Amino acid sequence: MDLHGEPLVRWNWVADHVDLFATLTRQHLFLSLMPVLLGLLIAVPLGVVSVRWRWLYPPVFAAANLLYTVPSLALFMLMLDITGLLSPWTAIIPLTGFTLSVLVPNVVDGLRQVPDPVRQAATAMGFGRLRRLLQVELPIAVPIVMAGLRVTTVSSISLVSVAVLVGQGGLGQLFIEGAQKDFPTPIIVGIVLITLLAAVFDLLLVVAQRLLTPWARTRRGTP
Amino acid sequence: MIRFDGVTKRYADGTVAVDALSLDIPTGQITVLVGPSGCGKTTSLRMINRMVEPTGGTISIDGEDILSKEPAQLRRGIGYVIQQAGLFPHRTIIDNIATVPYLLGWDKKKARARAMELLERVGLDLRMAKRYPFQLSGGQQQRVGVARALAADPPIMLMDEPFSAVDPIVRKSLQDEFLRLQAELKKTIVFVTHDIDEAVKLGHEIAVMAVGGKLAQLATPEELLAAPEDGFVAEFLGGTRGLRRLRFARELDAEPAASTSEEP
Amino acid sequence: MIHIIQLFWDWITQSANWSGDDGIPNRLAEHLWYSGLALLIAAAIGLPLGLLTGHTGRGGFLAVSLANFGRALPTLGILVLVVLLYGVGLGPVLTALILLAVPPILVNTYEGVRGVDADMKDAAKGMGMTGRQVLFKVEVPAALPLILLGLRTAAIQIVATATVAAYVSLGGLGRYIFDGFQRQDYPMVVGGSVLVVLLAVIVSLGFLALRRLVVPLGVRHREKAV
Ligand SMILES: Nc1ncnc2c1ncn2[C@@H]1O[C@H](COP(=O)(O)OP(=O)(O)O)[C@@H](O)[C@H]1O
Ligand SMILES: [Mg+2]
Repeated sequence: MDLHGEPLVRWNWVADHVDLFATLTRQHLFLSLMPVLLGLLIAVPLGVVSVRWRWLYPPVFAAANLLYTVPSLALFMLMLDITGLLSPWTAIIPLTGFTLSVLVPNVVDGLRQVPDPVRQAATAMGFGRLRRLLQVELPIAVPIVMAGLRVTTVSSISLVSVAVLVGQGGLGQLFIEGAQKDFPTPIIVGIVLITLLAAVFDLLLVVAQRLLTPWARTRRGTP
Repeated sequence: MIRFDGVTKRYADGTVAVDALSLDIPTGQITVLVGPSGCGKTTSLRMINRMVEPTGGTISIDGEDILSKEPAQLRRGIGYVIQQAGLFPHRTIIDNIATVPYLLGWDKKKARARAMELLERVGLDLRMAKRYPFQLSGGQQQRVGVARALAADPPIMLMDEPFSAVDPIVRKSLQDEFLRLQAELKKTIVFVTHDIDEAVKLGHEIAVMAVGGKLAQLATPEELLAAPEDGFVAEFLGGTRGLRRLRFARELDAEPAASTSEEP
Repeated sequence: MIHIIQLFWDWITQSANWSGDDGIPNRLAEHLWYSGLALLIAAAIGLPLGLLTGHTGRGGFLAVSLANFGRALPTLGILVLVVLLYGVGLGPVLTALILLAVPPILVNTYEGVRGVDADMKDAAKGMGMTGRQVLFKVEVPAALPLILLGLRTAAIQIVATATVAAYVSLGGLGRYIFDGFQRQDYPMVVGGSVLVVLLAVIVSLGFLALRRLVVPLGVRHREKAV
């Protein structure tokens, strides 16, 4: 390790820049949570129609797989051509693609694992197709969708920092700053804050799931 | 002969699953362990092939303490069939059946020839050989499970509720074929079930177990039906069609059955 | 979209881009070299640990937590920090790539092995397989779809991170992106980006093909992502 006497974390610098961290954190959350929200809004209907019309799923699944595979840095760069350096969409659109790549298969899996007897019972009791979807099938799919939501939220919070290379990275700015000044403090602060944010939102989602699906609680811990 | 001598199993959490069980299981016959769920049948069975180690007493096979053999070695000489068949999804049916012969180092050709022979023996179409387990019905899978246990021609077979997971019609045909097979093979079989009808149908001897891992009665089906040892056994028999058989047996013996309303 | 394709085509067809240190063959070779090495080492660490935790059932919680933590780590931050602390060079960057690739391999292997049907393991043991035989003849084949999925996730991750690693002066296809950005040569940025996308897709398809090749038909329908 060769830091020329520079400490790993210079605490007074941290204390002096709390405002900057707050601003960057706000940006960071906007840039990383927006794709999750958009992704969810698109994934649910897309998943529903892919279950309803089976032939739709193979192409949708292939597209999701492709989106999952493509490195986000490359997508950010290609987005520049359309949205430009100053637009948050340069970061949001590719990340939404990533979110979709995880959420769509999850929604489909979630809906498919609704037991057939449950579906038939609902129909037999007079549920219409839409009501059955909203009141029976989607709630049963919640745990699986939630699992996907947790993965995408955590990934999105960490991935978005790469978008700083196209001018949109929230806390990722701290990495550039540290790298340009050979100064480890902001880099470490950035890593810690991002990891913390990820942990906090993961926890929030766990709590949300417990509240949303009280019936699934007892299933935990059973082998 | 398999001999249980004062065998006890106390699990780590304190549950006494089997309590001072002494039992002789005769060679070449079917001995059925029957009793309500949780009474220690599975535990007793699994102690024979050392899937569970007793905490007291000894088990011997033909006079030799089972502890004198390596567990894996011991198990390769004992067939083992369980409820869900436990077939390997990644192996074709024929390779599933040949598992133990492969483990014993038979050459592939011989192992497969043996597997084909068994496939036929248990009443399956030879075209099933190249299929995978997920392509078979539950009853067919169970037959494969039996064939797999027989592959290395072990003198002893342990069977834990092998026919419980299939529907009654399939179960009946599996039971019938199992009896036919056993008439040819004369294995020493320990068969676990919670179904007294199955026990009566299959067993040369029936060991009724009570919760807490105690042996309630050891008898032939006829003896058991005619003279249940105590209230527990009578009630266990009575909960099922066994009662009707009991009356039937008594009527045959021309003994007046007290308080039956079905007399001619 | 059309514009991007146009830019890419123009760039890739310039013969100057096909020779020398900065030529596509060399950059691609560099990229494959870092990625392949990192994947190999990550697999050498993650697979045995995953098999061990999955087989014994111990340490699983740790493995899963580690994977979640790994997902939360920002790759760019880790890369710049590692380089700042340990200097530019293959060693530090490779370490970062490996660090990020081990968790998906470990956790998918763990989940795969752990999820193998208990009855099946019981039957295997009951027929006289030793612990090692149960692991390699039963658990591994049945868990293969998930194990491959973990390797594929790690490979995709590594290819992507190796691209970002060009920011800290490593070679590979990422160089085109950062050099192009620096020189305001957007066609070069596009060239590098599209090549990276293609590489990632080919790697991913490669794993799908591998799966067809090595996963027995009987377990192929059991795949489920973690
Ligand atoms: N691994 C174990 N650890 C603790 N208790 C066990 C274990 N296996 C079985 N038991 C307990 O031992 C008793 C007998 O179980 P078992 O032999 O499976 O009964 P059966 O096969 O007759 O239903 C039950 O009370 C069961 O809960
Ligand atoms: Mg049992």
